[in-house]
Amino acid sequence: MITGTPKPIEEILEMLEPYDNIIVAGCFGCVTVCRVGGDKEVQVLSSTLRLAREAAGRKIEIKEVCLERQCDPEYLEPMRPYIEDYQAVLSIACGAGIQFMAEKFTKSPLLPGINTGFLGVTERQGEWTERCQGCGDCVLHLTGGICPVTRCAKSIFHGPCGGSVQGTCEVDKEVKCGWQLIIDRLVTLDQMDNYGKLKPYKGWDSSRDGGPRRIIREDMV
Amino acid sequence: MLLKAFENGADGVMVIGCLEGDCHYVNGNIRARARVERVYNILEQINIGPERIRMYNLSAGEGAKFAAFTSEFVTRVEELGPSPINLARSNGPKESEQEVQAT
Repeated sequence: MITGTPKPIEEILEMLEPYDNIIVAGCFGCVTVCRVGGDKEVQVLSSTLRLAREAAGRKIEIKEVCLERQCDPEYLEPMRPYIEDYQAVLSIACGAGIQFMAEKFTKSPLLPGINTGFLGVTERQGEWTERCQGCGDCVLHLTGGICPVTRCAKSIFHGPCGGSVQGTCEVDKEVKCGWQLIIDRLVTLDQMDNYGKLKPYKGWDSSRDGGPRRIIREDMV
Repeated sequence: MLLKAFENGADGVMVIGCLEGDCHYVNGNIRARARVERVYNILEQINIGPERIRMYNLSAGEGAKFAAFTSEFVTRVEELGPSPINLARSNGPKESEQEVQAT
């Protein structure tokens, strides 16, 4: 899922300074699962903002909504009849959802209520860790199901490097060395021959280096 | 719900949970404590006063203790006075005045 963390309330209040009636928009997608932008978070954030503004002597009117997904046009359309009745939208969806809403409703200022994080997994309730950087050229079949792009701090393809010490990474003792994990897994799977099959260098043109990416499925368009 | 209580004019909110380790919902009271702590932090951030919320743990048979905790909390909230929300409301224009201003 796409993860995120709430922006500090002071930062949000500063963003809202010019406005007196806004929409707080959540999303039932990834941000609901990682407990940062769903229906409940819309309610908590809206209450917090109303209390803060009223205590400061300047009330704010808030319409609370939570869309099925902010990254699909059909779920944004129901907002069209009323969105311009409000001065701005504070979205607590991921950056993709916020931008898509801004594209669809060009007359409404869109404000981010969260900091979008990474593509990750739920380790346990309240803890998420990164697994994928969406590089566009997956090699997990050669690396025991562990991603060298994401799990190695340097994203190298023939590790471990000299910074790997007893299975931990030099960038942080709490971070496991991705390449040590890969080697250990390949040994367990008796697939160490895969190590030699990795590309001598990775082409990054399928990743962010080629600019904003697009997928077109001819069988679906 | 806890924040709504403050929006609805509460000067303080007291949350009562089961004794730790003795909850019918196993860890429901532990999770409730985490939520109360979250609201505590929110109230601190927005200058409402975090001490206006507190969680106590009691069994259903501890009536006297409940009364004592309630008295303690009420005294504490009375010492704190009205919440900044209620102060703003009492200092702001009355509803009848608001209507006049609106017209």
